[in-house]
Amino acid sequence: MFTAYRDAKIWLSDNACAGLAPITPELFGASCTRFIDGIFVTIELVSLASVIGFALAIAVVLARVSGNWALSIPAYIYCYVFRGTPLLVQLWILYFGIGALGADGLGPLWPFFRDAWWVGLLALILNTTAYVAEILRGGIENLPKGQIEAAEAYGLSWTTRMRRIVFPQALQIAWPAYGNEVILLLKASALVSTITVLDLMGQIRTVFSRSYSLEIFLYGAIMYLMLTGLLTLLLRAIEARLSNRRGGAKAQSSPTQS
Amino acid sequence: MTEQSVFELLSLGDRGWGDELLAGAWLTIQLALCALAVGLVGGLLLAGAKLSHIRALRWFADTYNVIIRGTPEFLILLMVYFGLEQAVRSIIAVFGYDASGFEVPKFLAAVLGLSVIFISYASEVFRGAYLAVPPGQMEAARACGMSTAQAFLRIRLPQMWRFAIPGLGNLWMVLLKDTSLAAVIALDDLLRQAKVASETTREPLVFYCAAGLIYLIMTGLSDVMRHRLERSAQRGMGRQS
Repeated sequence: MFTAYRDAKIWLSDNACAGLAPITPELFGASCTRFIDGIFVTIELVSLASVIGFALAIAVVLARVSGNWALSIPAYIYCYVFRGTPLLVQLWILYFGIGALGADGLGPLWPFFRDAWWVGLLALILNTTAYVAEILRGGIENLPKGQIEAAEAYGLSWTTRMRRIVFPQALQIAWPAYGNEVILLLKASALVSTITVLDLMGQIRTVFSRSYSLEIFLYGAIMYLMLTGLLTLLLRAIEARLSNRRGGAKAQSSPTQS
Repeated sequence: MTEQSVFELLSLGDRGWGDELLAGAWLTIQLALCALAVGLVGGLLLAGAKLSHIRALRWFADTYNVIIRGTPEFLILLMVYFGLEQAVRSIIAVFGYDASGFEVPKFLAAVLGLSVIFISYASEVFRGAYLAVPPGQMEAARACGMSTAQAFLRIRLPQMWRFAIPGLGNLWMVLLKDTSLAAVIALDDLLRQAKVASETTREPLVFYCAAGLIYLIMTGLSDVMRHRLERSAQRGMGRQS
């Protein structure tokens, strides 16, 4: 499975570049395979970080609204610290700071912290989790109080209340803000190039440092614009599906109301 | 290498790096304030372009926003930094002087790069605030005999402030954190000072954590100030949530 994916990547970067060669400028063509590789690294990092970050954010936000001090205070501090410091600092603490402890200091964790890709992924996950948790919390707090009171009156347990009443609605409220956060994450992922990861930005900087031609940045900007554009379309399609389902549910319930 | 304690490393004076870090933090604040000033003016102008009756201006504003919002902040900063340098060099070369040694001041490049980003987001905030002021107020002002400019300056602008404050507060926090990017173009801001210190002493964990802590203090204080400003902007408006 993994090798098949890798082969597909190699096939694509070879053929896409060969196909694009006649219509692209020479300077772009010379580094085309590098850019395609970089795009793949960026897409992998962002999609993994956004999916894992979302799952973790649910855990964090559950801790925050649990009403239990032992859970909500650490969750609050986590969000506050990661939202209050620059991602660049978080990256450098993890890679240069903790990485400097070396094989002796880190023991079994050393292979993880030695690899810039894993550290970059970890930093992106930790960062986006804090922001998404905050967005979800906003969604939960904006729910009408009556909804929760009604659920309590029905005798639903805390877990059922969260699963059936609170989360489905909070997600719908929070989805546009969440989509925004994923786009911000895509742009922020460019920072992993400062810890030697060769994502799209890393490749752009490498090519620039060799040619010193500003054209490269222009191509880079166009490629990032295309990525954010595609991501926006994808998020919009998901949003349309979410609100469709909501509309469908409404349509079903209206006959019983009348 | 002699082992130094964390307190010694972070102390002020010749042996410690505390004063260097604080100098870096001061530069970070200056950078953010300058970018804020340029960005607020630019943001107002761009919002004006967005709301204008002239189609070309609206088109320009929309294109600007799409491009800036779709490109990583890091890439924009590098583009402004290297682009500015080459642009100035080629302009000097047109006049027949040798410009190969010319360097754009890094502070200027960083302020410009950060403002370019801030302007785009601020224009959206200002546009929303402009539209949030009820049109009846402007009609009333005109009916009282104010000129359009007077009505804008005395009626619209003071009220826009109230609607814009929460959004601008958020943008300020983003800006403050984005200043750390300036370390990559070797401007001696807080993060860069931490980098220099950690390379000299080989204690990166201590210094990057210290830098992170200072950023946290700066954003924390900003948060408190934002709450105060929001409260004072809501003064006399009753309890609106």
